[in-house]
Amino acid sequence: MAFLTDRKRAVGWGSAKSGTEHFWAMKKSSVALLILVPLFVFTFGPALGGTYEEILAYYARPFPAIVAALTILVGFHHFNMGVQVLIEDYVHGLWEKILILLMTCVSYGAAAVGIFAIAKLAL
Amino acid sequence: MVQFTLPKNSKIRTGKTWPKPEGAKKTRKFQIYRWNPDDGENPRVDTYFVDMETCGPMVLDALIKIKNEIDPTLTFRRSCREGICGSCAMNIDGINTLACIYGLDEISSAEVKIYPLPHMPVVKDLIPDLTHFYAQHASIMPWLETKTNRPAKEWKQSIEDRKKLDGLYECVMCASCSTACPSYWWNGDRYLGPAALLHAYRWIIDSRDEATGQRLDQLEDPFKLYRCHTIMNCTKTCPKGLNPAKAIAEIKKMMVERAV
Repeated sequence: MAFLTDRKRAVGWGSAKSGTEHFWAMKKSSVALLILVPLFVFTFGPALGGTYEEILAYYARPFPAIVAALTILVGFHHFNMGVQVLIEDYVHGLWEKILILLMTCVSYGAAAVGIFAIAKLAL
Repeated sequence: MVQFTLPKNSKIRTGKTWPKPEGAKKTRKFQIYRWNPDDGENPRVDTYFVDMETCGPMVLDALIKIKNEIDPTLTFRRSCREGICGSCAMNIDGINTLACIYGLDEISSAEVKIYPLPHMPVVKDLIPDLTHFYAQHASIMPWLETKTNRPAKEWKQSIEDRKKLDGLYECVMCASCSTACPSYWWNGDRYLGPAALLHAYRWIIDSRDEATGQRLDQLEDPFKLYRCHTIMNCTKTCPKGLNPAKAIAEIKKMMVERAV
């Protein structure tokens, strides 16, 4: 029980003066994915079901490799920002911070693994 | 914080079924949420039968008839009975709306289910506690803020600038939109909600207001503003046909415009 006035409860600690950067970053990565995802689908599609040598040769070409790497990088960056919002929505307190840290590690870890795999194929 | 189950003392039981009015030929069934803070009981849903031949066309008419003729303990807010005071907002047939301008003929099912506005503390029966909601509205400075000396006659505004306020000034603060918003349910302590943000935008785009930057500063917050995920429940439910989701989107656009 705390004897706070209604106004004090409503205002809280005031504005954090942030959020726009996150919002704008989400919009930017959304537009990037709008372009990258179709490109990824159409470059990944022809390689499906190929032999090991064919895949190596295919991803040695710059265009499919760069498109795949960018899709993974931007995709997981976008995923990380989205998941952060999701956690903020539903979890509060210490667990909120722990989960955001954890999901950031998972997102960039997954992106790193994907990019490493493509680099290995391409180079 | 998110809650997927009701607390033990909020679980709703089946309540009393009141007798049908004598001699009535055409009755309609009303199932109404009841909770009395004084008896220590759980909330219940009472069943009433209303004689439709002697009842007005709106949901509020039926509620007043029940209170007058069947059960005087039924508690609800009402005042203007024409959708301008915003008092009688409640959840009717699953929709947050004003009982006074919601026609009984708009409800397709035979029985009419009436609950208080969702996810708000209940004062009694159909009356939600809107204290925090009003305090949030007050926090966005819902008045004309100026630094320039007051003009001798009036603050002038062009016809075009005045038009920008249409679709915003009509809000009657009934809280239907905010209490329909899942983000407001889970984070209403920090998220301002569609009603307060619509009012904030009404003053942000007022050409006469001189505190636009200060207003945007106050809103720039991951919770106060950016909990809106454009779910659009607010716009769908608004009994006045306003579009709070668009107003919020416009604020977000201004935030980006200011930074990029």
